[in-house]
Parts: sequence; C-alpha cells; structure tokens
Amino acid sequence: MIVAERKPLAEIVAALGKCRKVLVVSCSGCTAVCFTGGAKQAEVLASSIRMHYRVAGVPVNTGTVAVTRQCDREFLQPIEHRLTGVDAVVSLACGVGVQFLAEAFADLWVVPALNTRFAGGRVGTTLWEERCRMCGDCILHLTGGICPVTRCSKSLLNGPCGGAAGEHCEIDSSIPCAWIHIYERLKRAGRLELWQKLQQPKDWSRGNAGGLGRLAREDYSE
Amino acid sequence: MKAGSRLKQVLQKGHFAVTCEMGPPKSAQIQGMLAKARAVKGYVDAVNVTDCQSAVVRLSSLAGAVHLLREGLEPVLQVTCRDRNRIAIQSDLLGAYSLGIRNVLCLTGDHQRFGNHPTAKGVFDLDSVQLVNIVKGFSERRIFANGEPIKEGAPDYFIGAVENPFSGPLELRVLRLEKKIRAGAAFIQTQAVFDLERFKRFMSLVRDRGLDEKCFILAGVIPPKSERAAIFMRDKVPGISVPDDIVTRLRNAADPKQEGIRIAKELISAVQSIEGVSGVHIMAIGWEEVVPQLVSETGLYPRPA
Repeated sequence: MIVAERKPLAEIVAALGKCRKVLVVSCSGCTAVCFTGGAKQAEVLASSIRMHYRVAGVPVNTGTVAVTRQCDREFLQPIEHRLTGVDAVVSLACGVGVQFLAEAFADLWVVPALNTRFAGGRVGTTLWEERCRMCGDCILHLTGGICPVTRCSKSLLNGPCGGAAGEHCEIDSSIPCAWIHIYERLKRAGRLELWQKLQQPKDWSRGNAGGLGRLAREDYSE
Repeated sequence: MKAGSRLKQVLQKGHFAVTCEMGPPKSAQIQGMLAKARAVKGYVDAVNVTDCQSAVVRLSSLAGAVHLLREGLEPVLQVTCRDRNRIAIQSDLLGAYSLGIRNVLCLTGDHQRFGNHPTAKGVFDLDSVQLVNIVKGFSERRIFANGEPIKEGAPDYFIGAVENPFSGPLELRVLRLEKKIRAGAAFIQTQAVFDLERFKRFMSLVRDRGLDEKCFILAGVIPPKSERAAIFMRDKVPGISVPDDIVTRLRNAADPKQEGIRIAKELISAVQSIEGVSGVHIMAIGWEEVVPQLVSETGLYPRPA
C-alpha cells in the first residue's frame, strides 16, 4: 500500500492562508490503513485547525467528509454538494488522491495534509517500511523475493557495495544490507548461480525516470 | 592517440606496482595538490584521483587527473556511479581518453548521505560492475552501453575496480571480485588492509578460485596518523576494520606519526609477501608527503622505468 505521514499542523494552516471555510476530506484507502488519512484522523485534523484559528481569534468553519478512495473518480462526484462555499479542501489522501480531487473539481483549492512516503507495509506496531520502488521491471524472481532496487540504498543490481558493515547498510546500522540477505537466501535455495549472473544496466524508463507513467489495457474493456 | 597505460606495463612485466591516492581540493585552487604530486613523482607508478570521495564536493577527478598528467604523473581516473548517469559517465570517459588518461577505476561511490550535500539525489543509474562492463565494451567490442558502435577512436582503458575484503561475509566478497573480473576488471585496488589475518584468508580464497591469475590485485594501505585517526576509520568509515593492537600501538607510541609510518611499512612488507598480491595502493589521505619514505624504506624505490 501507499504509506503516508501527516504534515505538521503549522504547515497545513500556513498553506490554508486566508481560507476560512475548510472541508477536510478523508480517504478510506491506503492512508486510512496506515492510520494517517481515515475518517477519525479527518475529525482530529478539523478540530486542530479550528482550535488553531480560535486561539488566533479568527472565526473559521470546518467540516469533514469521507471518501472511499480519492484516487477513484466515481467516489469523488458524490461529495460535490459538500463543496458549495468552501474556500479550500484539505485532503488526507496520498498524492494521487489529492490530484484526482483537484482534477475532479476545476475551481476547488486543494491542500495536501500528508506527505506521501512510499509503497510499503507495516513491519512493527508503529513502523512501516518501503518495499517497492515501482521500477516497472520486476526482478524479484532473481533475488529471492528481496528487492535490491528498493532495499539497497544505492539500488545496486550486482551485489553489495564495499560499505556494508557487518550485515548492515553503510548509511544506517538499523537497515539490513539487502544484498547480504539476497545472497543468504539464494544460497539456502541452492540458487547462487543467480547471484553470479551479471545484471545488465536497468531500463529505468519503465519507472519514474521515464516521464509520466501510463498503462493502457487493450485487453480490458468496460 | 598517446601511449597506453604505464601501470599496466609495470604489472604485466611482473613488477610489484605502487600506486597512491590523491584527493582534489575543495576549491579551484590546484597548487596544493600539484605540490603533493611533485613530492610523490618517481615514487609511484600511478596516482588515483578520487571522485568527490565521501560525497563531498571537490574539484572533479577528470580535471584533477589532467593536472597530474601535465605534471608528468600517470593518473588513475576514479569514476563513481553516484553523481552521473550512463550518458554523463560515457561522455566523461571519451573526454578523459582524448586528454591522455589511460587508467580508470570504477566504483559505486559513497552514499550522498555521508557528504556535505546529504539532501542531493543519488544517481546510481549504473553499479560499479555494470560500469566496468561498459568500459570493457569500449575496447573489446567498440560499443557504447546501448550497443551502438563507436565508429572511431574507441577508448582502450586499463580497467580497475575495488574490492573490500573486510566487509560482510568473506566468501561473498570473493564472488563479487569474480563478478568484477568477469565484467572486465584487469586490476583491483582493495580497501585498506589493517586486519592482515582476514586479508590472508581473503587472498587464499582468491587463489583457490584462480582469480589472482585473472587480474592484478593491489592491496590498499593507509598510514594511520594517530590513535584518533585509527579510531575514526574503525568507527566512522564504512567497511574499514582496524584491529585493536594497531589502535593500542598508536596510543602508546611516543611519536604516533612515526609509529603510523612503521605500521604502514610493516603492512606494505606483509602484503608484498602474500602470494597473488601484485602491488600496493597507498591511501595517505592528505599525508601524501609520507609516500616517498614508505616506498623507499620498503625497498620499492626506484620504480621501474
């Protein structure tokens, strides 16, 4: 899923500027699952914004509305009636949801409440970790299910760099060296020949180095 | 085209090679580096010019290498994958060859987080193994990374890579060395050797796989300047292992600098006697004036003509 974190309140109210009628829009997709963008978080944020302005002696009107998935146009149209007279909406979706919201309502001023961090999952009670860089050219079958593009800090494709200290990444001793883990997993599976194969330079054009990602599904019709 | 690599000739003739390292300045003022170059001239076969080592902005390795050439030294151009993509790297390698540079050392590069611009975007379009393979493609197949032919003047570099025998599982480092050799590395400069026992085990695995027959291995040596420097390397420099006895010797020495020189000389002599080691790579890290002494007092001076 997409993992996001809340921006500091000061940054959100600074982005709101002189907007006085604010609608906070939650998302029940990924950001709700990682406890940053759900209906509950929307209520908390709306109250925080209200309190911030009350302390400053400025009257402000806030409300909340829940959207199943902001990255899906069909879920956005039903909130249109809530937007009348609204100066700005604060979106608790990832960057995709914020943009779909802006695209759906041409005259709506949209403020992101989250920083979208990565595609990953929960690895501890309060810890989420990245697992996919969305390179568009998956090689997990060659690396024992451990992604070096994502989990090696230098995205190396032919083994570890010389900086690995013990079994840890040179940039952070709490991060395991992806390549040492790949090596151990391939060794256990008796498939070290995969490790020894020279991986040619990657085609990064399929990922975010190639401009706007687009996927046309000719095999699929509505 | 100018002559080929002298370092390659020295190694191919079976001489024990000596290279050293020089870091370009953090400015456009080259005088200090040139003074150091003059001091080591004649004592080493080639001088590595580092490519923004530790991810700190410095005068480019290509410009530094050209300055050394003008001083009559043979440079080894260090190229990392951190700051440039395959287009920029290949372009620089064409340019460097046209300027007379014949040796290249291909590295991944220290992560940008260690440097003075930690918020920079690391490139890492290629890794060091792929870079070696691309440079090999220049001379062997006369092609660019994309397979397009180089119609004329394909660079014919003496291709080097690095290996760190002190990082992670030993057998993995040997496999990685093998991969670099298969990709096209003709010489290898290792991370600084302090832990001789581990280095000997590494070299024994290297010989078991016949890798010392397939490339020239130059053992890295850093003269430690003080106990503090040794502890810094042990604790702060990724992938360097400094045994306690070296730290203790520096701590107890009346003159730590002299003790550091003694340690470096012992290490040079020790690696010289290990089968499969073809040379030594001295990384003095700012203390280059000590290089002539280290070379002459270990019987490696004069250098072959």
